[in-house]
Amino acid sequence: MEPFRKRLRQWLTLVGLSAVLLLAGCSREQYVVLDPKGPVAKQQYDLIVWSFGLMLIIVLAVFGIFAYVIIKYRAKPENKGYEPPDQEGSKLLETIWTLIPVAVVIALAIPTVKATYGLEKQPSSDRPPMTIKVTSADWKWIFRYPKEGIETVNYVTIPADTPVRFEMDAVGPMNSFWVPSLGGQEYTMPGMVMNLWLQADQPGVYQGRSANFSGKYFTHMTFDVIAKSPADYDKWVQQVKKTAPKQTEAQYLQLLERGLAKKMTFSSYPKIADQAGLIGEVKGIREKMNRPEEPDTGTMHHHHHAH
Amino acid sequence: MGFHLPKNFLVTGEPMIVVAEVLSVLTLAGIVFALTYYKKWKWLWDEWLTTVDHKKIGIMYIISSLLMLFRGGIDGLLMRTQLALPNLHVLDAEHYNQIFTAHGTIMIFFMAMPFIFGLMNVAVPLQIGARDVAYPYLNALSFWLFFFGCMLFNISFMIGGAPDAGWTNYTPLAGSDLAPGPGINYYLLSLQISGIGSLMTGINFLVTILKMRAPGMTLMRMPMFTWSVLITSIIIIFAFPVLTVALALLTIDRLFGSHFFTVSGGGEPMMWANLFWIWGHPEVYIVVLPAFGIFSEVISTFARKRLFGYSAMVYSMVVISAVSFLTWVHHFFTMGAGPAVNSFFSVSTMAIAIPTGVKVFNWLFTLYKGRIEFTTPMLWAVGFIPTFLIGGLTGVMLAVAPADYQYHNSYFLISHFHYALVGGAVFGCLAGLYYWWPKMFGFKLDERQGKWAFWLFNIGFNLCFFPQYFVGLMGMTRRMYTYPEGLGWTPYNLISTVGAYMMGVGFIIMVYNILYSIRHGERDLTGDIWNGRTLEWSISSPAPHYNFARIPEVDDLDAWWHMKKRKRKQPWELRPLKPIHMPNNSGRPFIMSAWFFVAGFGLVFEWHWMGIIGLLGVLYCMLKRSFEYDDHHYIQVDEIERTESAAGRA
Ligand code: HEM
Ligand SMILES: [Cu+2]
Ligand SMILES: [Cu+2]
Repeated sequence: MEPFRKRLRQWLTLVGLSAVLLLAGCSREQYVVLDPKGPVAKQQYDLIVWSFGLMLIIVLAVFGIFAYVIIKYRAKPENKGYEPPDQEGSKLLETIWTLIPVAVVIALAIPTVKATYGLEKQPSSDRPPMTIKVTSADWKWIFRYPKEGIETVNYVTIPADTPVRFEMDAVGPMNSFWVPSLGGQEYTMPGMVMNLWLQADQPGVYQGRSANFSGKYFTHMTFDVIAKSPADYDKWVQQVKKTAPKQTEAQYLQLLERGLAKKMTFSSYPKIADQAGLIGEVKGIREKMNRPEEPDTGTMHHHHHAH
Repeated sequence: MGFHLPKNFLVTGEPMIVVAEVLSVLTLAGIVFALTYYKKWKWLWDEWLTTVDHKKIGIMYIISSLLMLFRGGIDGLLMRTQLALPNLHVLDAEHYNQIFTAHGTIMIFFMAMPFIFGLMNVAVPLQIGARDVAYPYLNALSFWLFFFGCMLFNISFMIGGAPDAGWTNYTPLAGSDLAPGPGINYYLLSLQISGIGSLMTGINFLVTILKMRAPGMTLMRMPMFTWSVLITSIIIIFAFPVLTVALALLTIDRLFGSHFFTVSGGGEPMMWANLFWIWGHPEVYIVVLPAFGIFSEVISTFARKRLFGYSAMVYSMVVISAVSFLTWVHHFFTMGAGPAVNSFFSVSTMAIAIPTGVKVFNWLFTLYKGRIEFTTPMLWAVGFIPTFLIGGLTGVMLAVAPADYQYHNSYFLISHFHYALVGGAVFGCLAGLYYWWPKMFGFKLDERQGKWAFWLFNIGFNLCFFPQYFVGLMGMTRRMYTYPEGLGWTPYNLISTVGAYMMGVGFIIMVYNILYSIRHGERDLTGDIWNGRTLEWSISSPAPHYNFARIPEVDDLDAWWHMKKRKRKQPWELRPLKPIHMPNNSGRPFIMSAWFFVAGFGLVFEWHWMGIIGLLGVLYCMLKRSFEYDDHHYIQVDEIERTESAAGRA
């Protein structure tokens, strides 16, 4: 970036941020969206600030003109006989105020498109990426760690400074997976896999919640993202494997039924868990389990279920 | 088939609902009693239920929408009460979900749209020098379909249970699997019925404006409100069929077990979101473009200046209407359409800001060098500019797809669309209401009270919705029925609730303003109480049944303004009066819509036999209409003369 644009950006950041904080008079940490804790959120935050700065310029300019005309040209006893001129318009002026928004849109569109493509890519880090599978169900979040073979419910532990690819699907309604401190949201949908890259720069606990209405207890669909140092993360995985119970198919199915759940930890999960989100409906999952000999995708292996 | 009365047919569990039920029954009984006691049934039937007069239909639309603004406003206040402080229990989750669904649906379909339709009906034929709309009978049918659709939706919380999947009604949440029972059926069928009415209104006004303009009124001499209605009609004609199809597909899914939107049968839940918003984004412009038109009229009238940049105003609306069909994906940037699609829809959405910006500057330059009188309609119009600016610019922020991943479904979004919908559409409707009120009723609404209402509503509005931008950035999502302490959300929510109550007080003052002015309002004896510019101000107030005794001839924009300037009579004003051809009243639009209601009610409870009976009723009405030949009459010259001289214009 040329120095001028960089300076402009810094300046806008400063103005934008202080305006927001001044108006709000609150501590920055509570503005989770404005207090990014990872590269994805940071990228989005930069765009927010940039767009806010541009909009602020327009607001100030238009409010200025607005105040001027309604004060200066209001009807007063002094201008009683004044007959306003009938102006048809002005090609020059109208061209100017067509071009100003065009310029603003261009200034906004370029970084927008860049970031839209950029966010599809893995955030850069020295550490290798990992994958966590997420299934939303009524009204809880189920996290599977395919490499580690473990499962957690309503919280997810990740190594800090590591790009994490969340592979998301849903049983039942759509939800939206949102951890504002780490980055923007993505929908979870039945029958469809969605990807979302997130990364926490520092160890810490970050609040996540569903952002898309999914019925009665949607409000309570919150979860914690616990970022640990890579070493602590490995320790945690070992501990889960040693101490947490295995998850049976019956338990898994029970979890999919409508209702709330506490935080839970399992040292394993049943195979059906990998298909649940693709089938997308509890009814369909139950049917599938009663007819394991009828593989329809070829991806499902034969297995024996609990009863 | 069959007749299964659901367990909770009359909803009883909730005390608040029971109170509402009792009040509804009492109100209904009160109305029936009053009509009987004052022997007004015949008057009601002859003057209103069977009317095909666009002005009366307009008034009925407006009364209905004010009632729905009240109902939807109460819903809003209930939600704000529940959210005033953390962990409150005014409403439980289920009830809250029903209320925000009702609020959103009612405000959009049964408040904003009919309000706009009402003002269109009142003003457009008068602005173009016509004696009615192109299809008066169809117009009555449109209104009654809206009315019965609205009634069907409104009884849901008392009979059978209200829908609770949001006004967006996303599948699979709204599918029969996750939402069994009548609730969602109410949503689908009531919107279907009123939607047919909306589509017909679009067709009616398109034809009216294209075919019924007074001689000399070329397209580029039309008043800006009429232009906005023309463009809106085109949007309606393209957008509403999509909604019709979406509603029909989901109805078939729910009632007959098909799988358009369910994964199991190979359906696609996301298709609902697509269809809904292909209609839904243009819908925003259906309610906001006519508001733009109203602002243009009001601003130019009270700045005493011709609208600045008339042709740019027209072209910008044309561009907005076209681009509005190319932005729908911005409602779900986070459904993983991929970077190419998101980039396209990001930029197309931002592009709408360009023609909109042109309009804002043209309004500002209409004010520039004017002599601005701050009457009540003008206050709403002037108040619109900063409010809508904030709504529009936060809209541009939302259009930045990667940033939207953070705003989507949060209170930032709630604030944005209330700034656009209230600051745009509602301010516009209220500006139009105060502006055309004298034309509808022959007297003015009291200015002092009107200004009080404006300031309370406006300040309350900003108090209510401005803090929501912040609480959105703090991570509060829409449709949460409660929230915990300690997140910093409480002060914002509390201020927001206080603002909401202020708006409520503003609304009550407005109602008082109307009741007070019926007796004490300044009578409009000239027909041109605001010193207006367009043809509706050239006739007496309230406008006579036939509108124009002689069809005017137009040779410029702001036709009436120029006629006033000229003073000398034009040849057409001296022509002899001729008998006027008018359509007959008819009770059939009302009866036919009632049959639609019967069919809808039956299908809500999946009593297919009742659905069939209702549809047979509809069919019978259509048949009867097809064989009706004697459906018009003439107003004779002596009657016109009598009416005109009674209004002091012999
Ligand atoms: C009387 C002033 C109003 C108040 C106090 C108010 C308040 C609210 C509240 C509290 C919500 C729900 C937020 C949530 O839990 O998600 C909401 C949603 C909504 N409002 Fe309003 N509102 C008002 C006026 C309007 C108007 C005039 C319109 C439209 C013209 C409107 C359209 C909507 C829509 C479409 C929703 C979304 C509903 C949904 O999530 O399904 N509101 N409003
Ligand atoms: Cu999908
Ligand atoms: Cu939109």
